[in-house]
Amino acid sequence: MAVDDRDVRKAPEVEPRSTGLGLIKGLGVTLKHALRPSITQQYPQEKPDLPPRTRGVIALKEANCTVCYKCSRECPDWCIYIDAHKETHEPASGGKGRSMKVLDRFAIDYALCMYCGICVEVCPFDALFWSPRFDYAEYGIAELTHEKERLEEWTYKVLPPPPLEVGAVPEPEEDAAAADTKGAA
Amino acid sequence: MIAQAGESFVNQWFGQYWLVLVTKSAIVLIFFLVAPLGVGYAEHKVMAHMQGRLGPMYAGRFHGWAQLLADGAKFVQKEDVIPAAADAWVFSLAPAVALVPYILLFVVIPFSDEIFILNLDVGIFFVLALSSVSVIGVLMAGWASANKFSLIGALRAAAQLIAYELPLVLGAAAIVMQAGTLSMVGIVQAQEMYWFVFSQPIGFLIFLTASLAELTRPPFDMPVADSEIIFGAYTEYTGLKFAFFLLAEYGGIVALSAIASVLFLGGYLPLPAMEFIPEPLWMLAKIGALSFLIIWLRVTYPRLREDQLQRVSWLMLIPLALLQIVVVGVFKVAF
Repeated sequence: MAVDDRDVRKAPEVEPRSTGLGLIKGLGVTLKHALRPSITQQYPQEKPDLPPRTRGVIALKEANCTVCYKCSRECPDWCIYIDAHKETHEPASGGKGRSMKVLDRFAIDYALCMYCGICVEVCPFDALFWSPRFDYAEYGIAELTHEKERLEEWTYKVLPPPPLEVGAVPEPEEDAAAADTKGAA
Repeated sequence: MIAQAGESFVNQWFGQYWLVLVTKSAIVLIFFLVAPLGVGYAEHKVMAHMQGRLGPMYAGRFHGWAQLLADGAKFVQKEDVIPAAADAWVFSLAPAVALVPYILLFVVIPFSDEIFILNLDVGIFFVLALSSVSVIGVLMAGWASANKFSLIGALRAAAQLIAYELPLVLGAAAIVMQAGTLSMVGIVQAQEMYWFVFSQPIGFLIFLTASLAELTRPPFDMPVADSEIIFGAYTEYTGLKFAFFLLAEYGGIVALSAIASVLFLGGYLPLPAMEFIPEPLWMLAKIGALSFLIIWLRVTYPRLREDQLQRVSWLMLIPLALLQIVVVGVFKVAF
């Protein structure tokens, strides 16, 4: 025996009765919205108020970059260009010179980039950031390859991440940092 | 010079027949071209704000006041396409047939005891007859377009007109019975004591609903239901001809708001203790308020399905309107 023994194939003969109050209520809803200030932001005159985690464009803080190439290798569509050369610094006390990599070129081709953010995730020294800038359209597809000077400018607009909500699980790095300071103390 | 009630103001200014005729035509035409633009702009803005948007903001610098003028300029520049399979003559004539009745309708709308173009003895009859001519234009457009969506839209418009013309006329008939005259000025003057909306509130609702359907405005816009039949009878139209259909729609809003305010809201009669505001402004204010209501209803309600639409008219509005006539008749005889 079926759980529901109503004949489902039979359509109801009359539509359910309505009191008509819903019609009045609907008019109230639209009127209430009309009297509220509208939420439109007049973009070119008025800059949008974006949240701190906005994923607008990927910015580079050059001082943090160690030229490890992790970003360019992880990039799924190969849009990151990195050129570097090696410099050797003679130690003051003598002995073997200390070599380090110097970044010559760091460019991201935004015509290819799909904004997956993997480069930002893999960067071990926090050199890459999500910046809330979005107004970097160009007139030609070739001009969409932006060099490190431009990428550096975009870091100026990066906001500190908002504090975690109450009860949220902290990031693993923060856990480690907290443990470190506890150990030192 | 003392103005006589029932005589048009232009007649007092000029004695000459042709001058009077040309002036009157010009006044009607200018009003017809300006008022729908105002309603169209109001629709842009009201609808936008009800949806949390701003609407046009650029044309004319100040809150996009010139948006519809810009739209008009755009329509003029568009190519005038007539489909190869279309019945070109009928196709081109259709916008005019849809538009002209609404222009003619303004001839009998009174704006004060003296300011009107013509005080026809059969004013309301003339108005209701004209307002149903417009659908012939839609039917012509749909048939001549040689497009199945146009034809479906046109036939839906015709079916809708048949269904809603009846409650519209019956609602007006109850008013005519109470006023005891068919003249528009006469009906307004019969409301000196109280507006007829207070004696026939159900009649007002019936008339308003039927007007919306007559104008094929949402929620009764099945004939132009864009999600299923593109734009109904107007699908193949471009440029100025399309603009004429739009103008007919907005002109129709103004016209039917004017008729509804004459029949139910006392036309140009001021509210008590507010007689210092001139009568034409009262008429305009009432037209504006009803136009706002029509826009408001459009924003609020979803479209009725074709069968629901017919059901509302035949099973609800027409019986109610007939009952209204009976009640008014009984009161008229008894008191």
